[in-house]
Amino acid sequence: MRRRLAGISLLGVLALTSAACGSGGGGGGTPEAEGPVTITMWTRAATQAQSERLVEAYNSSHKNIQVKLTVIPTDNYQPRIAAAAGAKQLPDVFASDVIFVPNYTSQGLFADITDKIAKLPFKDGLAPSHMKLGTLDGHQYTIPHTLDLSVWFWNKDLYEKAGLDPEKGPKTLKEFAQQATTIQEKLGKDGKVHGTFFGGNCGGCYVFTFWPSVWAAGGQVMNPEGTTSLNDQPAMTDVFKIWRGLYENKVTGPTAKEEQGPTWTGFFPKGEIGVMPMPSTTLGLMPKDMKIGVTPIAGPDGGESTFVGGDSVGISSTSEHPDQAWDFLSWTVSDDAQIEVMAKNKDVLARTDLADNKYSAEDPRVVMINSLVAKGQTPYALRFGQTFNDPQGPWLRLAREAVFGDASKIPQLNAEITKSLQQ
Amino acid sequence: MTLTITRSRRPAHSAPSARWRSRKVQGWLYAAPTAVIVGVLFIAPLVLVVWMSLNRWPLLGPATFNAPDNYLKIADNPLFLDAVLFTLKYTAITTVLLSAVALGLAMLVQDRRPGIGFFRTAFFLPGAVGFAAAGLLFYGMLNNDFGPIDPMLQALGITSEPVKWIGTPNMALFSTIALVLWRFAGFNMLILLTGLQAIPTEVYEAARSDGANRWQIFTKITLPLLRPTLALMLILSVTGSLLAFDQFFVFTNGGPDNSTVSMVMVVYRAAFFRFDLGGAAAISVVLLVALVGLNTVMMRRLR
Repeated sequence: MRRRLAGISLLGVLALTSAACGSGGGGGGTPEAEGPVTITMWTRAATQAQSERLVEAYNSSHKNIQVKLTVIPTDNYQPRIAAAAGAKQLPDVFASDVIFVPNYTSQGLFADITDKIAKLPFKDGLAPSHMKLGTLDGHQYTIPHTLDLSVWFWNKDLYEKAGLDPEKGPKTLKEFAQQATTIQEKLGKDGKVHGTFFGGNCGGCYVFTFWPSVWAAGGQVMNPEGTTSLNDQPAMTDVFKIWRGLYENKVTGPTAKEEQGPTWTGFFPKGEIGVMPMPSTTLGLMPKDMKIGVTPIAGPDGGESTFVGGDSVGISSTSEHPDQAWDFLSWTVSDDAQIEVMAKNKDVLARTDLADNKYSAEDPRVVMINSLVAKGQTPYALRFGQTFNDPQGPWLRLAREAVFGDASKIPQLNAEITKSLQQ
Repeated sequence: MTLTITRSRRPAHSAPSARWRSRKVQGWLYAAPTAVIVGVLFIAPLVLVVWMSLNRWPLLGPATFNAPDNYLKIADNPLFLDAVLFTLKYTAITTVLLSAVALGLAMLVQDRRPGIGFFRTAFFLPGAVGFAAAGLLFYGMLNNDFGPIDPMLQALGITSEPVKWIGTPNMALFSTIALVLWRFAGFNMLILLTGLQAIPTEVYEAARSDGANRWQIFTKITLPLLRPTLALMLILSVTGSLLAFDQFFVFTNGGPDNSTVSMVMVVYRAAFFRFDLGGAAAISVVLLVALVGLNTVMMRRLR
């Protein structure tokens, strides 16, 4: 009995050592001998379509490296990254909502790719706002993956039915409110059609759709360092007041107050909404027969701006295949991928130098969205996620009090936002 | 000493101490798998959590000792106190309702009658649904945009417009408790059912022949004899409710306006939204100590 046990344990030791030798030997071999390398990639559902197209095109044109993409629900993305990082199980490559990138780089989740980026011939054309947020202390960690800009969509069919000019979208937030109200009054009787809609219980939705109106009016929402909140200033509260009026007059869908985010873009494609802020990435996903106008988000009295959102992508600092991962990443921003994959599907390009291409000319709306990249903003804050996106964060409480509740609480809640930004 | 005991028990064997030792080793071997599992899955994480709570613990990279900062910081957390009060309120309401409903169901299906198996199964079945899945199910059913419950209630003339099931703090709490009752009443019914069936029928017969009415039988016979089982159910319910997470995370997302943030959600937020793993560990340790204390008191009282 004892001898048998000894035999078994010896076998175990042998197996372990041979496995260790095996992996050591494999590392020294040539990449070809190992067959195709599979690198893992994570992305969030909000920009899933774009990531999937890129991965598919890359996998079909590359034999030695294959990318395995995992899509994670948008709301769970941050926790999943945190859990994986804590367990040292990050994928080789992961995309991130661009506004979380400063926090991730400061936590050391991304590998430094400054030298690799420097060798790209088109490095100056990479979307500037994304590159800025991916830079920490002069080192670069991410490149742009997808660009998602907030713009106003209006439903031309509903405009026509309501007696509005279907070719003239709103030029100011006040016009936006008037047109939405007209739609509601003319078409909203049976409760199916509504003037407008917004994600009223979703912090990320508020920043994406309301802040551009502040910027368009020349205001700011934070100081440039992202440590002081300016959301109690008139530039912001004026915007809140207009939206509050729309909700109080029942121009918004009745569930706007409860909308937590997952479904806020789902009502417009059904033809139920007259005019509302939408992410530009959804333009390619709209029903083909729907006539949609697209116009920049404006301030109460004019101007135009956008929230330059979307994803940046980098190589995780724990990846064992950084070179293969870079092969994929550098390909995603190449002329070929940008034009034949992104532009072809009406997506905003990760490179400003390719804004004029053979596909963009076909759709003036795409040209307009591409032109907004230079006018829009991507706010920078190290503590962005826990302050503005987290449903328990202070921003959502402020926005909800401002739109649905007691607006006199704004100064006090704004102080809480500043406190959260400085943590 | 061991020698004398074994010798007195087994005087016939020539080498009793060797045999006894081998039996001891065997005992350890039998216990080893469980011991390893408990050690790896319970003791080790517990020690790690306590250690984490004494350190600044980044996602990647080395930790730095900073005790007792993580514990002092808890007082600054604006969500913590509200979450404690909310969780206690939720626990009290849930436990009372759950006990009442489970006991009612158990007494309904207590006797063997034709077709009783169907009802027992039907009451227990929601317990077979994963809790997160149940949360999503309720979210979908009660959703004001596409859920089927509102149109049904309106068609029956019970309501005239969509009910904001998770739109106000009280409604969100009420809807969540409905979800928890639906999901757990059957399971608790099963626990109480075993207790009910362990009460000898002779006791009931004796009570009836003494002229006791139904209410007297319930209060003087059933409840006292059910006490140990009720105690078990109470402890399970209180512990489960104090650690509530899934229902609020999936169903209400802590809303509206942070009105349904439970203590475990505060831990989750600290760890996974603020990446403050040390702070999250400190809250967990406080929660653990409170739970152990509460359970000790409950065990003493209910024994």
